[in-house]
Amino acid sequence: MPGKLKVKIVAGRHLPVMDRASDLTDAFVEVKFGNTTFKTDVYPKSLNPQWNSEWFKFEVDDEDLQDEPLQITVLDHDTYSANDAIGKVYIDIDPLLYSEAATVISGWFPIYDTIHGIRGEINVVVKVDLFNDLNRFRQSSCGVKFFCTTSIPKCYRAVVIHGFVEELVVNEDPEYQWIDRIRTPRASNEARQRLISLMSGELQRKIGLKVLEMRGNAVVGYLQCFDLEGESGLVVRAIGTVCTLDKISNTAFLPACNSPSKEMKEIPFNEDPNPNTHSSGPSTPLKNQTYSFSPSKSYSRQSSSSDTDLSLTPKTGMGSGSAGKEGGPFKALLRQQTQTALEQREGSPHRFCRRREFPFFTLTAFPPGFLVHVGGVVSARSVKLLDRIHNPAFVGIMGNTRSYKLLDWNSFNSDEPETRDAWWAEIRQEIKSHAKALGCHAVVGYSESTSICEEVCILSASGTAAVLNPRFLQDGTMEGCLEQRLSWQPGFFSIGSEKGEVDFFPQNQDSSSLLGLEETSPPGCGFCHIPYDELNMPFPAHLIYCYNCRKQKVPDVLFTTIDLPAEAMVIGKGCLIQARLCRLKKKAQAEANATSISNLLPFMEYEVHTQLMNKLKLKGMNALFGLRIQITVGENMLMGLASATGVYLTALPTPGGIQIAGKTPNDGAYEQHVSHMQKKINDTIAKNKELYEINPPEIPEEIIGSPFPEPRQRSRLLRSQSESSDEVMELDLSHGKKDAFVLEIDDTDAMEDVHSLLTDVPPPPGFYSCNTEIMPGINNWTSDIQMFTSVRVSRLSNINLTNQTLNKNFNDLCENLLKSLYFKLRSMIPCCLCHVNFTVALPEDEVIQVTVTAVAITFDKHQALQTSRVPVEKTLQRASTDNEEQLQFPLELCSDPLVSQPFSPAKEVLENASSHTGVPAAQRAASLDKASPLAEGHLRHRSVPSCTNSTVSVVKMTPLSFIPGAKITKYLGIINMFFIRETTSLREEGGVSGFLHAFIAEVFAMVRAHVAALGGNAVVSYIMKQCVFMENPNKNQAQCLINVSGDAVIVVRESELEMVPVQPSTAVSQPASAGDVTT
Amino acid sequence: MTNDLDIFVGNTTLIDEEVYQLWLDGYSVSDAVSLRLRSGILEQTGATVDVLQSDTMDHYRTFHMLERLLHTPSKLIHQLHFQIPPSRQAMLIERYYAFDEAFVREVLGKKLSKGTKKDLDDVSSKTGITLKSCRRQFDNFKRVFKVVEEMRGSLVENIQQHFLLSDRLARDYAAIVFFANSRFETGKKKLQFLTFEDFAYCAEQMIQNWTLGAVDSNVDDMDVDLDKEFLQELKELKVLIADKDLLDLHKSLVCTSLRGKISVYNEMEANFKNLSRALVNMASKLIHTKDVRDFFIDLVEKFIEPCKSDKWTLNDVRLFLTQYTTSAHTLDAFRHQALWDRYMSTIKSCLLKMYHD
Repeated sequence: MPGKLKVKIVAGRHLPVMDRASDLTDAFVEVKFGNTTFKTDVYPKSLNPQWNSEWFKFEVDDEDLQDEPLQITVLDHDTYSANDAIGKVYIDIDPLLYSEAATVISGWFPIYDTIHGIRGEINVVVKVDLFNDLNRFRQSSCGVKFFCTTSIPKCYRAVVIHGFVEELVVNEDPEYQWIDRIRTPRASNEARQRLISLMSGELQRKIGLKVLEMRGNAVVGYLQCFDLEGESGLVVRAIGTVCTLDKISNTAFLPACNSPSKEMKEIPFNEDPNPNTHSSGPSTPLKNQTYSFSPSKSYSRQSSSSDTDLSLTPKTGMGSGSAGKEGGPFKALLRQQTQTALEQREGSPHRFCRRREFPFFTLTAFPPGFLVHVGGVVSARSVKLLDRIHNPAFVGIMGNTRSYKLLDWNSFNSDEPETRDAWWAEIRQEIKSHAKALGCHAVVGYSESTSICEEVCILSASGTAAVLNPRFLQDGTMEGCLEQRLSWQPGFFSIGSEKGEVDFFPQNQDSSSLLGLEETSPPGCGFCHIPYDELNMPFPAHLIYCYNCRKQKVPDVLFTTIDLPAEAMVIGKGCLIQARLCRLKKKAQAEANATSISNLLPFMEYEVHTQLMNKLKLKGMNALFGLRIQITVGENMLMGLASATGVYLTALPTPGGIQIAGKTPNDGAYEQHVSHMQKKINDTIAKNKELYEINPPEIPEEIIGSPFPEPRQRSRLLRSQSESSDEVMELDLSHGKKDAFVLEIDDTDAMEDVHSLLTDVPPPPGFYSCNTEIMPGINNWTSDIQMFTSVRVSRLSNINLTNQTLNKNFNDLCENLLKSLYFKLRSMIPCCLCHVNFTVALPEDEVIQVTVTAVAITFDKHQALQTSRVPVEKTLQRASTDNEEQLQFPLELCSDPLVSQPFSPAKEVLENASSHTGVPAAQRAASLDKASPLAEGHLRHRSVPSCTNSTVSVVKMTPLSFIPGAKITKYLGIINMFFIRETTSLREEGGVSGFLHAFIAEVFAMVRAHVAALGGNAVVSYIMKQCVFMENPNKNQAQCLINVSGDAVIVVRESELEMVPVQPSTAVSQPASAGDVTT
Repeated sequence: MTNDLDIFVGNTTLIDEEVYQLWLDGYSVSDAVSLRLRSGILEQTGATVDVLQSDTMDHYRTFHMLERLLHTPSKLIHQLHFQIPPSRQAMLIERYYAFDEAFVREVLGKKLSKGTKKDLDDVSSKTGITLKSCRRQFDNFKRVFKVVEEMRGSLVENIQQHFLLSDRLARDYAAIVFFANSRFETGKKKLQFLTFEDFAYCAEQMIQNWTLGAVDSNVDDMDVDLDKEFLQELKELKVLIADKDLLDLHKSLVCTSLRGKISVYNEMEANFKNLSRALVNMASKLIHTKDVRDFFIDLVEKFIEPCKSDKWTLNDVRLFLTQYTTSAHTLDAFRHQALWDRYMSTIKSCLLKMYHD
């Protein structure tokens, strides 16, 4: 009995009228946890009942505490008939189980009913007393912290980053059980909500156990997803990165100590990480850490490993499985070059018994120095046929009496080859081998997704192959790397190493110390340097000496799934780049369907990639970050949507233009048309360069030291350029054009492509957009933020659909949606849409649903211009006169010493800036502003009106990992909520738009209420993972399922932090700041 | 390709004040779109009509959902469904409860009943205000009336507390409630020159001086009803016109002090008895509900119109009323000084406010 859960029901308000006669309600509350239920007294005839109940106490196992949600039901008492339910509140008590998170949940929760929506509010207080019980064989994993944030959380430092963790749980979907035919929609929805809550609780607990096994104490970048497989069941799966985190002490209210976290987050660490400069303070969590080696490197999984049955040989006897193999777009190319080697090394099954065979990281941003080199995007897809998930006799095995038996696939079905686990393991294996082919030992920015239509399911995984600095990765994934490093032989290329776990590239051979890594790969461009062997390249890429350091080779274009590293040197601003594509497919059943999808996939990948490349060139940029390619399967079509943020990296060569080549050169009119098009394209490129302020310094060729090889533009996205595809060959020919990317207009299709290139309208003036966390080139964010979700469902009207019209429709849908967003948010100009996240669904034939979630952040235009336009020569001057500049801002002057005295980050950057003459001005100026508290000081003057007078506290939400102009002082726990809403009076609720609008607003409200009850005031890394909308207008019905998650945090505005008097000098700034706080 | 569903939901509810006004004014979505088009918004933003249409729909949906909460503004403040900064909440409430001058002049003093509501289409066609907007305004009046009707204490404060309105708007509503309760006639043709502001001012004066709350806020009565006891006592003032000597004395006192000061001396002297009779008769009859209703008509017919026909200036009226009121104090035979002041100060304020073209 290791825990006591205590619940008190205080009051209700704004309850609905349940008794028509009296216009009042006789409300009482049922509090249920596990199988125990308590009831309050009936509070008669009131819409604002004051129950003020006693403390209801539940004595429970901590395992149950983790799995079960607290269920609060508000009912209307009826003497003569059955009591009517008003609504429910589910409270996840998980945040109360970590010592550092929330201690009490207390506040107003919306009472939610799946048919009527929010019906009043209830005030609840929840506490947990945990008893330490260390000797037990632990099934629970209380105390492991979970973060959705895909970087090291702000007030923590990473002692060790252990590596990948994954788990999945399967159950029958209550919606498809026989009982669903006789129960009410409400009962069915509630059963589903409760089951999913239970399953995600269990999943999180199991992940937690794995974390403890790996000697970690936290999961960062935790991504949990539901696969609603319909008849075949319900899968809840999660991936994450196990870390050992250490809380940076006293972060909360001491500005001096707070700066380290700020520094970690914001200073581009292009300074030489000399330990001496940092060792004085907690800002260097990553140096001198004690290496905690895991005593048992080869312990086995508690539940029998699901990955034991892996091999690259396609399994026989499962049509979809082999189809999936072909669907993996990388196969062809990879096989050619590396498969033999891989199979030799990985063929032996014992490899897979090892614990951490997947060196994957769900993180997208990293501590300084962690990321050494980036190879490129790796991705894998597989088409599978869903079969009914077999439920073996498991009743009783779990040994308890829950109302829903949870089935752990791993435990019960490990001998069954056709499991979801095996599917994923297969895909992960593929990803791993792709990374290896790129000379990389790890995959970062890793994510997994599915698209399901009827019984066909596309599993996708993608990430960025990378070489990581081993000093962060003790005992885990990288152990081999350490060993290898010790036994290194010059000239030894590790692709074929016996160890097989890690591949180090030869450049690091001469680095005798760990720190040496940074010396050989200069900051700011090191990550661009190729990790693979130039002579043994996995694909025909084109390499040039780095434009920044001129020591190492870089590719001409770089695609990644991660955020732009803080130290990256960038010119100008970035922009959102999207590739959109539709492909019709015949309706088919089962295996035929899976096969046709598998056949289409490589072509889609190819075209998506070509589109991305063309658009990138059109923008005059040379790198993509945050690349996310979503392939959605529908009854009669496939949709591809790729989003990424394009930037101009100074280390990479200037992209060549786009050259159009006609097929029939003798036709005069045709030639004219082509040249007209060419001119248009050239104009667009020039315009874009101006728009995004891309003005790289002209570098005379002689300085470069090594001759420029012929630039031939080739993709870095490793994809299946299947040899059989004529299209591929055609486009790959560069026709000897030196500098340009050649587009051949040989038919109308190609013409369409060129046209569509030019139809993308740039955002209106004052707007920028990106799908990464921060926009390169903008650094002076204000605290004015607006997170939003926008949904559009479009019905394709014409019956004779062709790929062209489909493409155009889809393109228009996305473009119009963006235009609409720009219009709606026009009052926030100058503003940037950050973390723009598009998801596409095909709920029915000829129906496309696009959902966008993003955050709009206003920035200070004046400053933006100032920093981005400082010419190179002036930078040093600016740097040296930085102190004088501060005089212009007397207010900031007072706060500056506070932060800069202990660590003087500004000064460090200054020194660094001057030591790197190659650093572009914009970036350096930007880094200055980021490093010094100066820039952020400005934010104080731009505070949004705070709502201190209102009883409802404001909760900010953002998909980013931070709140601009504020510091995160505490993480309160993960928010992971699943809601179903259904209506049988669709027209009365304002049609589909009215229904969904209200529901999404309700979801936001419930998230905010839970965060507020935890004592938080913001949600970071918020994500709407699922929004499944179904309608039946004929029956006047609609149903929607939404799954959201994020991290509940406490943020303190920077102005408030600075208010704390630490030094006498702050006294000057106090009145000003204080005035600000109270506004 | 048609958009079946098109929504935008912000964590902070996005509110466009312009669209809100169009919605309040009762325009349909398509009318609102064309009105927005005319404002040149497309040229400023480079958007398309589709975008404008979708944006307008979105806002209308939001307002429709908010309307339920706006009916009880305290709910809007405490609800969790929509996150709206307090300044915006205040704006939403204030604008929702704002009313059109033309509309309020039509409804002021009428019983806020179903019957009146049925006549709103006439009001709508007469004023050019959309029927939807008329209904909202009427429902607002009725809602406020219902809530504060039976409440004790200051009318303005009650309204402010329950509807979270600005001081100014709460005062206006107090006037509307007060007029609706006593059913003052304001719609007659003769009263058309008077604005709502005039009436609101008069209402405030009456609430401050003539209700029971004016004398003692602790008693079991409210600001809404006139002080019956006071109205009863007003009969006593009749002595001023019934007693011939008193009337003559009063006249001579007023004439003496106004000689050379007032520009219409002769007319004043000639009309004094008529004017005095009119004012005192009104006072003595106010105990009858019917006469309360005709209060403003009486003021106009019996005082303002005669003065206007003699071309009194506002200053003349002020001088006369001041002198007329104070002179009564020097009449030894007149004993109802406090009563007289309570009556006359309000009458004077009202008349001065109403004395314009």
